Amino acid sequence: MIPAAFDYIRAHSADEAFAQLQKHGADARVLAGGQSLIPAMRFRLARPSVLVDVNGIGDFDYIRMNNGTLCIGAIARDVAVERASWSGDRRWSLLHDASRVVADPVVRQTGTVVGSLCHNDPAGDWTAVALATRASVVVRGKSGSRTVPIDEFLVDSYTTAVSEGEIALEARLPVPDDRSAGSYQKIERKVGDFATAAAAVQLSLNADGTIRTAGVALSAAGPCAVRVEEAERLLVGQKPTADVIRAAAAAAAKKSAPQADLRGSIPYKKNLAGVLVARGLRQALGRLGVTI
Amino acid sequence: MKVTVTVNGTVYERDVQPRTLLAYFLREDCGLTGTHVGCDTSSCGCCVVVLDGERAVKSCNMFAVQADGHQILTVEGLANGATLHPLQQGFWDQHGLQCGFCTPGMLLTSYALLKHNPNPSEADIREGLSGNLCRCTGYQNIVKAVQQAAGQMHEPVSA
Repeated sequence: MIPAAFDYIRAHSADEAFAQLQKHGADARVLAGGQSLIPAMRFRLARPSVLVDVNGIGDFDYIRMNNGTLCIGAIARDVAVERASWSGDRRWSLLHDASRVVADPVVRQTGTVVGSLCHNDPAGDWTAVALATRASVVVRGKSGSRTVPIDEFLVDSYTTAVSEGEIALEARLPVPDDRSAGSYQKIERKVGDFATAAAAVQLSLNADGTIRTAGVALSAAGPCAVRVEEAERLLVGQKPTADVIRAAAAAAAKKSAPQADLRGSIPYKKNLAGVLVARGLRQALGRLGVTI
Repeated sequence: MKVTVTVNGTVYERDVQPRTLLAYFLREDCGLTGTHVGCDTSSCGCCVVVLDGERAVKSCNMFAVQADGHQILTVEGLANGATLHPLQQGFWDQHGLQCGFCTPGMLLTSYALLKHNPNPSEADIREGLSGNLCRCTGYQNIVKAVQQAAGQMHEPVSA
């Protein structure tokens, strides 16, 4: 339970962190919250020979609105989302829901949103939220910074578009319009366990009550969080009805590709994915004053 | 690596490997065995300490080198001489412990909780402590203990 030996470097600026990551390449990992990385190191599932600690970089610790975009810095903690002044706004209800069920309340005081995206755990919460909100991630590489849409950012289990020597600086979420709300639905055996199944939903409505935009994503439903494109297609342009919700839920169950484990069988988890999408849609619509 | 960590107001200068976890640094390098290691996998919350006065952290899930230059509060730092901290008094009065193994983590998690939310509802306390496991399952009295402490910390200080 003791990690393999490594060299520890505390970075004091973004430039210093980047220079160290460039210098050490594949041997180095960024240490942000460390709430997934450190356990992985203890189990020797990860054996980086260099850790670049970015917790001392004050410039990385922010959540702010900037020209219609919510920007979450590299070491903004999960708890900062929960406590943000805008967190009670229904437009951000998906984020608020998720911020209360990631891991456990102590872990959330240290774990970070951007770190969770970079870890890309098959049962991660923020990855599904990022898909449903159509987020992007700013990655600094050799040729400067680039903004990577979340669908391209999430490559495979524990694998992202962040390459050797690179660092993710910020998550960006477009600010939803006024007639928007979301919901995060997660079933877990106990607080802190990995999700048995989870669904993230984000909706916006037109003035006539039809669905303008829809984001639907699942976690614990395959190698990494997935967007349910078919459900989104089925929802957009429709008046929300029980039939529409049922069809979107069925699409989610079909898309879900979970593994059987002690949390449940494949058929159970697939069914649950559909159930959670339906619940999420109902809750998001309820937050918009639409009861079905 | 040389690290300087202030634990309960006392400065500890030690030479540690980067892979030394904060929990083991406190127990073995500082001799402060009040911080318990329960699961060693960040699941149980027995090892929780408070970083820089307000953030509860699982010390089995943080490296000692990360605490270099920082302040740590452990269970040994709660009481003021012979006077128990209101949280400790609450656990005493409400029978908030049985075997006592989880108690240091419960106390420090509650400390950070009350720091942020001085007037928590019962639901807030249960939610706030949901990452801390008590294998004696004495949760009912633990919640009462934290409620008592919250009330006491609110009482106006008479000069």
